[in-house]
Amino acid sequence: MKQTLYDKLWRQHVVHTESSDSDSMALIYIDRHLVHEVTSPQAFESLKMAGRKLWRLNSILAVADHNVPTTDRSHGIHDPISRLQVDTLDQNCDEYGITEFKMNDLRQGIVHVIGPEQGATLPGMTVVCGDSHTSTHGAFGCLAFGIGTSEVEHVLATQCLLMKKSKTMQIAVEGKLGLGVTAKDIALTIIGEIGTAGGTGYAIEFSGSVIRALSMEGRMTLCNMAIEAGARAGMIGVDDTTIEYIKGRPFAPQGELWEQAVAYWRTLRSDDDAVFDRIVTFDAAQIKPQVTWGTSPEMVVTIDGNVPDPARIADEVKRSDMQKALNYMGLEPNTPITRIPVDKVFIGSCTNSRIEDLRAAAQVVKGKHVAANIKQALVVPGSGLVKKQAEQEGLDRIFQAAGFEWREPGCSMCLAMNDDRLLPGERCASTSNRNFEGRQGPGGRTHLVSPAMAAAAAIAGHFVDVRKLDA
Amino acid sequence: MEKFTTFTGLVAPMDRANVDTDAIIPKQFLKSIKRSGFGKNLFDEWRYLDHGEPGMDPAVRQPNTDFVLNQTRYQGARILLARANFGCGSSREHAPWALQDYGFRVIIAPSFADIFFNNCFKIGLLPIILDVSAMDCLFGAVKSTEGYRLTVDLQQQTVITPNGSTYRFDIDPFRKHCLVDGLDEIGLTLQYAEKIKQFEQQRRAEQPWLFR
Repeated sequence: MKQTLYDKLWRQHVVHTESSDSDSMALIYIDRHLVHEVTSPQAFESLKMAGRKLWRLNSILAVADHNVPTTDRSHGIHDPISRLQVDTLDQNCDEYGITEFKMNDLRQGIVHVIGPEQGATLPGMTVVCGDSHTSTHGAFGCLAFGIGTSEVEHVLATQCLLMKKSKTMQIAVEGKLGLGVTAKDIALTIIGEIGTAGGTGYAIEFSGSVIRALSMEGRMTLCNMAIEAGARAGMIGVDDTTIEYIKGRPFAPQGELWEQAVAYWRTLRSDDDAVFDRIVTFDAAQIKPQVTWGTSPEMVVTIDGNVPDPARIADEVKRSDMQKALNYMGLEPNTPITRIPVDKVFIGSCTNSRIEDLRAAAQVVKGKHVAANIKQALVVPGSGLVKKQAEQEGLDRIFQAAGFEWREPGCSMCLAMNDDRLLPGERCASTSNRNFEGRQGPGGRTHLVSPAMAAAAAIAGHFVDVRKLDA
Repeated sequence: MEKFTTFTGLVAPMDRANVDTDAIIPKQFLKSIKRSGFGKNLFDEWRYLDHGEPGMDPAVRQPNTDFVLNQTRYQGARILLARANFGCGSSREHAPWALQDYGFRVIIAPSFADIFFNNCFKIGLLPIILDVSAMDCLFGAVKSTEGYRLTVDLQQQTVITPNGSTYRFDIDPFRKHCLVDGLDEIGLTLQYAEKIKQFEQQRRAEQPWLFR
């Protein structure tokens, strides 16, 4: 029978099922468990209280990313509550012997950046983490999804999860992307079309000529945002680009094992004519740079568009939600997006903090300077290794000369659990993934964009079409 | 986990779609390493006018009197009515913990985000899906009737209104079994420990690179 990539990954991991009925609960084996400081302390505590053992130590890789400061770390974390959470992770990892990249390790970074960077994320794996953006790892032909703390404990204790098979959705992007249009714009276009609940109950596979042409960084950006479309898992079939990226990474197999692994990995794609429950197709030529205007990622328009007008919406709940979003965002209906001024710019997060993202932003700001109205422009690399590579390429100097701050790696202003945050009313062009109320700081106003668009907004002081800068 | 059979409680309406987990429990409260105590910060940014930080005494905070859960008639609410895609966003189990710690035992909505939905079952908070027209009726009833209470009968899979009319809901049989009997899922899974070991051995033989 023809199988989708998801079907193959699922079948490979079923340990036990009560019946062959596809709707029944199955016990699924987990190959890789990524752990961070925010969603794990209660899981370790319960594990201990129940007197249970950890099932498989070498499946786990841990790192602190949400609470870490992005400024000088030589004096540790000054917020005592943040510090306790990071210390608790360190203690748990030391106690069990779990591999952890501690705060001052060069390999420390955002969990969804370092997994792939280390080769700890490999095709064919099931990858879980107590973090919804675990969907990122699906870019490698993995079944990767976020879990809650009870499930973190379940995986620690049993190496398995009880779950139901999802439906499958294929999102095909065909044609050729225009200059200045990126994976982030594809992701936001898709979410704008299918909505933030469009993927609920589905595993999404991204395919088509545009996806094949994307780098691994671009593919990770796209799969990262699958959760913003409601899908727990996003994935892309394995090809040369995937294999090339993994080769030589610390956790990747070598020698004979490498050859054996590659031969298997090449089977990790949907069979031709495999049947999906839903198929959605996009024409790349129609995709433009995107800017969100509201408080949900589906509230998005193209850079040449206007802030929408609730008066034109018939549905009562929708109209009222739109009005609430506009009030929160401090925006008037019908305002051209390019007339919206920006206070802060954030380039970073598990969505857009990899080397390709930093290169794209640096290219835009090179030889220019941030506008006078910009209060702060931050670049937060996804990992210590991304930071180092960027510095070797001179990107740090380009950013600093343009008036950006060059920071240490972490989640930073994506969710403002450390000191990097918006003040009430401040408006941010952000390369992160969520524009929810208060996400980047209480009362802060987030507009989601690509790294190139965030960089362009920093230079202009307002949103601007990056494609026109190139001309 | 506390067993769930039938439950009757006061109902409160949360009449907006796409309520995300950042709204349910803002990030500054995720720094706790405990499972309890999140209820006082449930919907913190909507519920209070001043900015909340961990450790603040709710008694000295400024409540937002416009916020639905602050209205006198909804004090002691145990069942929450919500709109589409409730619980979207992050995987933080702190969101169901906060709802439960506040006092909710049931959330009824036309749809939930996947991870949130899943997390609720793990702690004995029951998410119920009813269709949009049923939700519209319930929202209408709770707003027009002070002291509006609903009964949820998990065994029969019904929501029963004060006038005796019922709405049937679907629930996965395994999840229902776990809730009704208050079962520990990890304990259940460990009954298959031998099977997991066998699976693992075979996997190690076939794909040894996964076990380095």
